[in-house]
Parts: sequence; C-alpha cells; structure tokens
Amino acid sequence: MSAPLLDIRGLSIVSEGSGRVIIDNISLSLERGEVLALIGASGSGKTTLALTALGHLRPGLRHRAGAVDLDGENMMEADQAHLRELRGRKVAYVAQSAAAAFNPRMRLEDQVVELDRLSGRESEARAILKARSTFDELGLPRPTELGHRFPHEVSGGQLQRFMIAMGLQQSPPLLVCDEPTSALDVTTQVEVLHILKEAIRNHHTAALFVSHDLAVVAQIATRIAVLRGGQLVEVGPTEQILFAPTQPYTRELIASSRGFNAGSIVSRTRSPETRALLSVRGVKVSYDKPGKGQPVNIALHEASFELQRGEVVAFIGESGSGKSTLARAVAGLHAPFAGKVLLDGRELAGSILDRDKADRHRIQIVFQSADTSLNPRHTVGRTLRRVLDFFGDVPPTERSDRIRELLAMVQLPAAYVSRRPNQLSGGEKQRVNLARALAAQPDVLICDEITSALDNLVAASILQLVDSLRETLGLGVVFVSHDLAAVAQLADQVMVLKNGKVVEQGSTASVLARPVHAYTRLLKASVPELRTTWLTEAASEQATLRDALSPERSPA
Amino acid sequence: MKRLSRAGVPQQVPLVLVASAIVLAALTLIALVAPWIMPHDPGEFISNDVFAAPTRNALLGTDYLGRDLLSRLIASAPLTLGMAFAATMLAHVVGDSLGLYAALRGGWVDAVVSRMVDVILSLPKIIVGLVVLAALGPSVAVIIGICAVVYAAGVFRVARALGNDIVRQDYIVVAQARGEGLGWLLFAEILPQVAAPLASDFAIRMSFAVLFISSLSFLGLGVQPPMADWGGLVRENLDGLQAGSLAAIYPAAAIAITSIALNLLVDSLSERSIQGPAT
Repeated sequence: MSAPLLDIRGLSIVSEGSGRVIIDNISLSLERGEVLALIGASGSGKTTLALTALGHLRPGLRHRAGAVDLDGENMMEADQAHLRELRGRKVAYVAQSAAAAFNPRMRLEDQVVELDRLSGRESEARAILKARSTFDELGLPRPTELGHRFPHEVSGGQLQRFMIAMGLQQSPPLLVCDEPTSALDVTTQVEVLHILKEAIRNHHTAALFVSHDLAVVAQIATRIAVLRGGQLVEVGPTEQILFAPTQPYTRELIASSRGFNAGSIVSRTRSPETRALLSVRGVKVSYDKPGKGQPVNIALHEASFELQRGEVVAFIGESGSGKSTLARAVAGLHAPFAGKVLLDGRELAGSILDRDKADRHRIQIVFQSADTSLNPRHTVGRTLRRVLDFFGDVPPTERSDRIRELLAMVQLPAAYVSRRPNQLSGGEKQRVNLARALAAQPDVLICDEITSALDNLVAASILQLVDSLRETLGLGVVFVSHDLAAVAQLADQVMVLKNGKVVEQGSTASVLARPVHAYTRLLKASVPELRTTWLTEAASEQATLRDALSPERSPA
Repeated sequence: MKRLSRAGVPQQVPLVLVASAIVLAALTLIALVAPWIMPHDPGEFISNDVFAAPTRNALLGTDYLGRDLLSRLIASAPLTLGMAFAATMLAHVVGDSLGLYAALRGGWVDAVVSRMVDVILSLPKIIVGLVVLAALGPSVAVIIGICAVVYAAGVFRVARALGNDIVRQDYIVVAQARGEGLGWLLFAEILPQVAAPLASDFAIRMSFAVLFISSLSFLGLGVQPPMADWGGLVRENLDGLQAGSLAAIYPAAAIAITSIALNLLVDSLSERSIQGPAT
C-alpha cells in the first residue's frame, strides 16, 4: 500500500459566475479501508469536495487548480465516458435523500443491479444474487421479496439501506457518503449508521463521509477533516479532533454538538398561576374529509396539556408521530374533530378561518423550512410591515420604528429591512420568521421543528433566541422537535408522541431523566453522543428496547 | 439572479432576442403613429387600375378598388394589433384571476371552474367564433370578447398550474393563518412569483390572437368594411393573386411577421432563463 487510494492535491474550485472560491487549495489523502469524515457547516464546501472524488462538479463550478487522483486515475481530467466507466466500479455514491435518488417507477432490485446490466461485466443472475446477499447483510428483512418492491413501498430507513447496497454492489474501493443519515429519524439513524459501519468494515471499503453532525461522524470515522468556507481548518485522527482539537473553530463545533445529558435539563419554578394561558383538552385530529360518520384515519388520538405564560411545552417523536399535527391543530391550521383549545379560559374555534382577528394574532406559528415560509419576492421590511398593517395595533407613524425594534429583538441589523430572502442565510431567514410571528404580538408561539434544517451552531443560537424571547415577552412556547437535546435545554414540559398517541407526558426533568415508557427510552438512547463507543452501545440498547416495544409496534 | 449575472462574465445577448424585440417595437410604433405616416387616405382611390404594380406613388401597388395598399396596411395595423392586445389582456385578467383563485381555493370551486374550462377548451375555436359572430353580428367588441373567452380558458390552465406550486408554500399558509383576504393572497403573495411565466404566456397567446382574429376576418365575419384588419385585407385582395398581384401577400406577411416575432421573443427569453444561474 504505497500510494494512497484517494489523493487530493492543492485542489481549488471556483464558482463560474461570481468567481467566488468554493474550495481553496485543499490537500487530503485517504488510505484503503479508511473512513475520512468531512465536517463543516453548510457552505463549507464539504459536499463539493466529496463529489470531486467522483469526478463530478455541480453546474456553475469550475476546476481551477490541483488534482484528484483515485487509484491512479485523475478524476478532474477524465472525460465523461471514462468517468462513467470508473463510477460504480472504483467509487460509488450514497446520497442524503434516498427518496429523491431512486427512480420511483423501477423495482429496487433492478435499480441496484442496473449498473451491472449496463456495463455487462457481470451476468444479471449473478448480480442479483450478489445484491440479495448484500440486502441480507444490511439487515433488510426478506431480501428477495423486498427487492421486488418499488421505492415508495419501503420505509425511509430501508430505502437508505438499498442505496448503500447499490453503492457496494460492484465492491468499489471507495464509497462517498453524503449525509447518508441526516434525513432519517433519530432512532432509524442509529440502525442505518450501525449497518453502514459494519458494511464498510466487512467490505474493506474506504469512505468519504460528509456530515454536519460531529457526534454521528465520531461513530464511524477513522479521521476527521474540518472544513470552513472552503478551507481545511484541521485534519486528524478522530480521537485527536474530538478530545484534543487544535483550532478554535473545531472547539466551537464540539461545544455545539452538546449531545444530551440529564444535567442540562431546565428546571424553572413554575409561576403559581391559577389559570393556564393555553389549555388543550382531549384534542383528536383526523385527515379524513369532514362529514358524516366517525373518522377512520386518525392522525392524533387524544392530547391534552396546559401551558402557562413564560413556559415551554415540547412535543417530541419521530416523523408521523402526530407532533406537528397537534401543533397545527392548536394553531387552527387543521381543525380537530374532537376536543377543545382554550386561550385564557375561552374556547377557540377549531379552524383559524372561524377565529376572529383578536384570537388570530395571539397564536403565531413558525415553520421548519425557513425557505418556503418567506415570500421570495418580498423584502424583510415588507414582510414585517404587512403584519403590522394587517393587525393595525401599531399606529402607522410608529410602524417603521416597530420594524426596527422587531429586527433588534431577533438580533438582526436594521439594514436588513431592504433585503430579500435570497440575500439571507438559513439562520437569518429563521430569525425573520420569528420576527414576523412577534410582529403580531402573540401570547403563544408555536415553533414547528424550527431548528431542524439548520447547522448545529446556528440552531443553538436560534434556541437561545427563542428562550430569551420567552423570558422577556412572557410567551408561552409550543416547541415541536425530534431533537431531544434541544428539548432538554428549553422545555418545562414534554409530551412524547408515537403513531398519533401520547405515550408519556410530564415535566421535562421527570420524563427525560427517568423515562418510564420504552419508546421514550429508545428516543433517548438514539441521541448521538460524542463518544466513539456510543454507536455500539446504542445499537444493542435499541435492540432490547425495540423488543420491548414490538407488541405495540405498528407495521412500518 | 440579477446580482449574479451583473457580477459575472457579461452574458452574450442573443441575436434572435434583439431582432424579435426590434421587429415588435417597430410594429408597435407603426400602429401608434399610423394616422400620421400613411402616404394616402386609406379610403381614397388613387388609381384607376386595380391591383396596379408598385409605383413611386403607391409603394406596394393598389388594391382591388385602386386604393393605396401601403396606406391601408398601415391603417389596419392599430386595429389588428389593438384588438389582439385587448383580447389577450382580457383573457389574462380573467384567466389569471380565476386560475390563481382556483389553485388557492381548491375543492369544489376548483372542480367546477376547471370543468367549465374543459368544456371551452374542447370546442373548436374558429367554429365557435363564427357561430357567435353570426348570432351577435360582427363588431370589434364582440370579436375581442369571443377571442378573450376562447383564450382565457388556456390562460386559466397555465395560471392554475403555476399557482398550485405556490399555494403549498408555508408563506401562503402563514398569510392565510393571519386571515389575509383574497386580494392580498392572489395579487401580493402569489402573482409576483408567477408574473414571469405568465408574461411569456401573454406574448405567445397574443400571437395566437392575431392569427385567430385574422382568420375570422379572412372568413368574412371579422371586421367589416370600410374598416379592415390584416386578415380582412388578405381576403379582399385574394382575387389579385390570379392577376399576378402581391396585394394579398403583404398583409399575410405582416400577420406572419408579428406572430413569428412574438414566438421567437418568448423562445429566446425562456432559453435565457434556463441558461441563467439557478436561484
């Protein structure tokens, strides 16, 4: 093993239009069988760098200097025909969103062996046998039957495993994994990560593992490279990066992947108010068309809670657990078919359309995707002013001042009034979303997964902001999240949901520190920790907990 | 997107775009100043010869009654282009509003309007136009009206499809949750997002309208003499073809040039937006 498998030397990549440097003179090498993690915030160039190993540059990017050698092949110079020949055989790609990467009209098995069929290097029958043994190895149940399904007929975790199988199909010496577990639920993430780690080891494959999550990377990487703004901050063995980082930025990253520990749970003394600000009693939601008869498809079976001013209630659970459904029911975006939502002891209409203006502005919601919740054609100022104009609580002459005040509240410079959403970063957009909600002077703020799409460092600052707003404005906050660490930091009460049912509910301290229900324990065990041995422990703990849950586990 | 293209390498302006824009600008200008640039009164008999060959006095020759063809061509430009523009405008006002409204409301409102539009789309345009004109009598207002109705159905489809992508966005949900009225939702939140594709639809739709109105006139149920549009000029001078006169060809060419220029403009604009940096 003289020459490294992948050798990146002095690589520079620039954006064609603006000439902005995306990758700035980076040199890295990767030995056979080694897992190198590329970590950094969005915009750090980690994905661009990883894709160069496949000889791919996204449209609009230009290779300026340096070389990428994969097993003796210069990937930056190779022509398309040659690259096609190399991909799959020498290097394979595992994408973040398996759902978007598979052809929905083709059976999974056929897609996995498609490259074998096209290249003709292996007979189709043998390729299928090989694929099935990989399916089995990746823990996919009934490999033959499952392989005949279409992508939408398997779960997200299973689809990601098919993607890994596709990558391993031709036994390439290098696998490029681009955030392979980021789109999965926490509990599924542990499974897939564990399987991926095993597979990489069994196949003696080297891997480039792109991720923004240091705790995830710690489980799988042998070396970690930290990137920031297209530059290599530092690179070293996993243990060294985690426990003896030399650069301040790395230390910052480590501090932000705080993980979850029982000590960080908030314990505020509840104000002895007699009447709750928001009170939800026996709310049930269905996505059936309203009409005659009892609803059949129930998204939320029954939920009740009370929220005081200055208090945070968190809904946690996996996707499809009904946590967002409950939040939307409180906001009036989806009327419940049973139960009541009371604000200051007064019952609110189920649908927002039936609530009057005074009720509407008291409950405001902020969504997960900052991109789609701001109108791209409106400036920040126009977005905020419209809310003030609409509710009309602030006299017209004071509205400009109020807008500046709102921007200050969410810690944005006043000059941002004239910016459009495409001139803002993800975190800044989310701050504008918060400002828009605050412009209505709400009593209750609903945060629906507001930090899920953000990088760790940015997410942490948004959480702090929500907490300080709660404190200064005395807001009641409904916090929907799958991030246990965030919930522990912020919430007074927690409600754990699973398949539309509340499985556990109570103060954060009691639920998270001493969870009673197996599902809560499973969630807790799935939060990645910054220990390299965590994954093995978590995987075995999960297995036991899943067994405990299995009688009531609905078919996935 | 604007920022990027300004900062980046200067983009080459395609020749087709410039050429089609110049042609359309020239046509518009001619239509606007028509009364002052005509060499003769369009109704004046300047020659005793019908279908006379071009002379210094009549640059394109004379028509079937011995009138100056160039003057008549110029005189009918505002009518032809004006009617097509008015009809397309009307079609877009009606089609866009209804289409975006249907996208926003969904449910039975969407279903009812969409089925009505399906009915209109399934009718053969020219025959419907002829029947309605025969019943109501050919007048400029009726021609514009029927053309607008016929094309509003197509515009509705385009606007509804564009709107459907937008109404699922969270900022629409936020605005609805605030209790915003229909006007704000349609025209302040949704319309700015879909204005660009609708503008190209406008141009292409106007080229259809020019053809449609000209066809009606050619069939004799369009603009009635003594007024004439280009379609009418083709019809009245059709006999000249046998006499070897090009009198019917010039208005036909004017129709073709307008339609082709509009199509090329839209094509080159959409090509540019595809090549441009993604937002």
